[in-house]
Amino acid sequence: MVDGMTPAPRDGVINEHRFAIPGLDITPLPPAFRVSLRAGPDDVGALSQALDVGLPVAPKSSAIGKSGRQALWLGPDEWLIIDAEADPMIDLEKAKAVHSAVDISHRNVALAISGRRARATLEAGCPQDLAERAFPVAACSRTVLGKIEVVLLREGPERFRLECWRSFADYAWTFLSEAALAARP
Amino acid sequence: MLLIACPYCGEERPELEFRHAGEAHVARPDPIAEIDDAAFEAFFFLRDNPKGLIWERWRHVHGCGRFFNAVRDTVSDRFITTYKAGEVRREVVRDDEGGYQLKGEER
Ligand SMILES: [Zn+2]
Repeated sequence: MVDGMTPAPRDGVINEHRFAIPGLDITPLPPAFRVSLRAGPDDVGALSQALDVGLPVAPKSSAIGKSGRQALWLGPDEWLIIDAEADPMIDLEKAKAVHSAVDISHRNVALAISGRRARATLEAGCPQDLAERAFPVAACSRTVLGKIEVVLLREGPERFRLECWRSFADYAWTFLSEAALAARP
Repeated sequence: MLLIACPYCGEERPELEFRHAGEAHVARPDPIAEIDDAAFEAFFFLRDNPKGLIWERWRHVHGCGRFFNAVRDTVSDRFITTYKAGEVRREVVRDDEGGYQLKGEER
């Protein structure tokens, strides 16, 4: 990164959206740094050290570092790094290990889906088994929601983080809020 | 929903996350520049399209992103087995009762 470069301000497309009914909250999450990281198995240790978060190697798992930086396993050689505070690209620049890192901070928009109806609402459009035995806390996966691709991370028993492409954010928002209303008992 | 076992994710996942990617174990002739038109046609265009067992490539495109191989029955749409790309072709035979036997795993 060029010294003194100012990060462009990020205006999320659905910043002002709010959705709350009994048992369910859908909230747009603040902007964050995101990196699409690709590397082979031999370089996982060095990159974990550089990022200060252990890159998970088990499918569907995630890790969180001391600073709150998150590393999500997406594939055998692919991770999504999320950090609300510090740019992971700066730390990766120091890593000598062979890797590919692409800054996708502006590509994604994140939503928090929480409450006792969170799982049922997501299951309206996500075909994966989101029961806790199959998708426990800290589980994460690239999957689909309706007609779009998303990355889903379970942050708590009743709290999910959903990452989707910026141009799909309105679709994801509308899909989830419609599903929530339709599923209301 | 049809579930497909991804050998990289190590579990069954819904078919919506996958995409078909053509017949498996089609070896590219080497050197390809020296083969004649008939050999190129056979390599590039001609596929088995069997009724029954077929060896295919699939991609877990909305999951881990990996390509892998699968043995599927085109009549029942049942996936008999899946294995990682680059692994040797898994031999499968039908037994007398209409079931499937993985070679090397016979009862
Ligand atoms: Zn997979």
